[in-house]
Amino acid sequence: MADLCTVGKAIPKADASEKVVGRTVYIHDLVVPGMLHGRILYSERVNARIVAIDVSEAERVPGVKAVLTGDNTPEIRFGFLKDNTALKKGRVRQYRDEVAAVAATTPEAAAEALGKIRVTYEDLPAVFSPAEALAEGAPRLHETDAKGKPVKDNRLRLPWKVEAGDLAAGEAASAFVAEGEYDTGWVTHCCLGTSGVIASFDTKDNLTVHSNTQIPSLAKNDFLEALKAMGVKGRVRVVNAAVGGGFGSKLDTYAYEYIAILLAHRTRRPVKIVFQREEEFVATSPRQPTRIRIRQGCDREGRLTFRDISMVLDNGAYTSWGATTPTVMMMPSTSLYRVPNVRFHATCVYTNNTYAQAMRGYGTPQVTFAIESNLDELAEKAGLDPYELRLRNANQAGEVTPQGFRPKTCGHRECLEEVARRLNWAAAKARPRSTGRKARGVGLACLMHVGGGAKIYKSDGCGTVIKMDDQGRVDVFSGSMDIGQGLDTVLRQVVAETLGLSTEHVNLVIGDTDVCPWDVGVHASRSTFVAGNSALAAARTVRDQILAFAEEVLEAPREILSLAGGQVVCREDPSKNTPLEKLLRKAHYAASGNTMFMAAEFFEPQTNLLAGDFKGDFSASYVWGCHGVEVEVDTETGHVEILKYIAAHDVGKAINPMLLKGQIYGAGLMGVGYALTEEMIYQEGRLKNPNFRDYKILTAADAIPVEPVLVETDDPAGPFGAKGIGEPGLVPTAPAIANAIYDAVGVRLSALPMKPEAVLEAILARKTGER
Amino acid sequence: MEQILHFTVNGEAASVRARADWSLLRVLREGLGLTGAKEGCGAGECGACTVLVDGAAVNSCLFPALEVAGRRVVTIEGLAAPDGRLHPIQQAFVDHGAVQCGYCTPGMVLSAKALLDRSPEPDAGAIQTALAGNICRCTGYTQIIGAVQAAAKTLREVPHG
Repeated sequence: MADLCTVGKAIPKADASEKVVGRTVYIHDLVVPGMLHGRILYSERVNARIVAIDVSEAERVPGVKAVLTGDNTPEIRFGFLKDNTALKKGRVRQYRDEVAAVAATTPEAAAEALGKIRVTYEDLPAVFSPAEALAEGAPRLHETDAKGKPVKDNRLRLPWKVEAGDLAAGEAASAFVAEGEYDTGWVTHCCLGTSGVIASFDTKDNLTVHSNTQIPSLAKNDFLEALKAMGVKGRVRVVNAAVGGGFGSKLDTYAYEYIAILLAHRTRRPVKIVFQREEEFVATSPRQPTRIRIRQGCDREGRLTFRDISMVLDNGAYTSWGATTPTVMMMPSTSLYRVPNVRFHATCVYTNNTYAQAMRGYGTPQVTFAIESNLDELAEKAGLDPYELRLRNANQAGEVTPQGFRPKTCGHRECLEEVARRLNWAAAKARPRSTGRKARGVGLACLMHVGGGAKIYKSDGCGTVIKMDDQGRVDVFSGSMDIGQGLDTVLRQVVAETLGLSTEHVNLVIGDTDVCPWDVGVHASRSTFVAGNSALAAARTVRDQILAFAEEVLEAPREILSLAGGQVVCREDPSKNTPLEKLLRKAHYAASGNTMFMAAEFFEPQTNLLAGDFKGDFSASYVWGCHGVEVEVDTETGHVEILKYIAAHDVGKAINPMLLKGQIYGAGLMGVGYALTEEMIYQEGRLKNPNFRDYKILTAADAIPVEPVLVETDDPAGPFGAKGIGEPGLVPTAPAIANAIYDAVGVRLSALPMKPEAVLEAILARKTGER
Repeated sequence: MEQILHFTVNGEAASVRARADWSLLRVLREGLGLTGAKEGCGAGECGACTVLVDGAAVNSCLFPALEVAGRRVVTIEGLAAPDGRLHPIQQAFVDHGAVQCGYCTPGMVLSAKALLDRSPEPDAGAIQTALAGNICRCTGYTQIIGAVQAAAKTLREVPHG
């Protein structure tokens, strides 16, 4: 692939120039004529019966056009288990429950009306942890499932279990066993652009939803179902504004979107709901907390013998994608490193806490924290260097993992070696532990992730339509979406490369379900791979059409023709080289058989749906990575400073190294936040820190010197060899830092975040223990 | 209570009707249609609403509208040359991968401008401090810091208005 012109180049993000001049339109900037402003009243109680709602005063506020409650609207059920409703009727189960909504001509009138709604509640006993929720006689969150079938406890009926090999035999063959329990809490996406929507109906009841979703096609289906529940027969169009950050937060539809639809239908006017920051913290769904128990062992030679993981997840009061993250956590649990005997089991439990969703990494940051922290503990028991233990068990191309994954390429070993070399691992480990105030240490941790889509949904596909115009330019309609990650640029590069054009000649149309083909959504680090392959297939079809026509017109055999530099190039006779536009016009305006070059392709990865026994090859490609970190721990304050950070990733092929590194830098710092500072503090179901003052995401002053290392393994299944890289950059961050802290001061932090007070407490406890 | 505010925006005189309790951000976005300044938190914590008032970077969501009377405001819309050519800071953000979702970008660019106007040769630490009030969730800041360094170099070589 030495002669690539566009792919592999650090081309600026296609929409960057619009963004730097402030011209890009986000949902916050969008105004539709006649638009009303919608606001939502959230529950004042965490678990209660709604006895009465009095909206009469609210309705009298000048400018108010509608006040809706669960009592005066049709029930719209949504979510993975359809256990959530847009406006709650008769019962609330969490503080973020939507009790009423207002549409008014100004935001002020809407806010005033909200304050005049009177709700009478009757409190019910609540549960705030899975342990409380599973206790004998605990109050049930839901009396029945969505189909009305009675449920007997707060456990979700989800079959998250996978087992392979012989666990007992593995344990018997072990010379060393490490076990531990790890806790991870709530963290949230903190998209700079908050969530928002504008819903409007035309006179024929057709619905247009201006959105910022990561899933235009699936959101369209969700909204169609809502119309059905409302008895409305119209069609649905989802049109995306620019998305001000996603990270999984916009992977499901939310109550506020259905409420905007209900308000728009009631008022027959467009209704806009945009979240304020506190609302964004409270009413979008965070990463789900886990308590993970792990046991793993190795033999005398340090070969892993078995791994046994069980976990409990706090699902919150309703079910979104958060409850399905165990299906992805299974992947590193069974297949990160070669370990023949494995078991994974996860239980999701309803509580009166906020309900959880998808967030970058989709469960793997939590389980990787457990696996990789515990692996260092195992190494210590076995008297092995943690790097050596990892190297000895590193994954390899061509293996079939216990869960049935079949990686065709694998950069695991190379990532490990790169990190060890750049961190001067051997020398750093040989350093005696400091006895002074500041202690240095090094740690590393690996990751495994899907890099070729993930078939956790019935289809993992994406469609692309391509048409050429008469000027040698091309319009590409993709089902995928840019949420800032650079899909807009990568698709242009893939198409430009295939058609021998420059990226400026490729126009990309995304985020409009009326014109773009179907796509399952921006998740699972799948877009470059799946949407890229789809665009590649469509571009190849168009290229073949053009070359077939050129063969006729130029009277030159197909084998010596190609597209490059905006021309049809004839390898053996340059005099036949023809500008593409000339050829296109010739085809279009031919005396007979007029032709426009167009193609439509749907790319569906040939993978197995992850269901049933949860075994099979559910991604077309897998990625590995290794992060190595050097920290300095202040033993008097517990503060952890990161001195050096190496992030080596198997990326397949870097289609755009600059944008790819942007993913690694960004995910890396998000991972450091997950490890050290970020924490949603819930007290009895109430979020205590819904703002950027008290929820500590890292700023430019905290930026760390991440050194990305791109390991190219050229996956034959990927577009130009590429694999997905959106999520992996934050997956091993927390355990790498935890392992470095252990190396520095000899304390094992087993809960996130590892705040200074937690580190200090562990250091003091260790000193007390030594005395 | 409404008032007519007179001030300069991006070099042009502006007269806008505004309520006493409005922020400068609201005046810019709703009164003048300058939506480049974003609301990210409404509480002065994220910097997405950053604009320049008399050359200093301020959180326009906290800046009382009435206090802008008679002052010079520069928003992101006023940074590029009249012919559309990007300001060197904007160009550097484009060229160095400093833009992902873009929601923080206008504020980030203007904070960088305020820094480079007063300190043409900042080291990385000074850049980090100057941008510490502008939250970005996408980039990890590395490429933003790189872009500001590159822009500083360009501006030193080719002074720009």
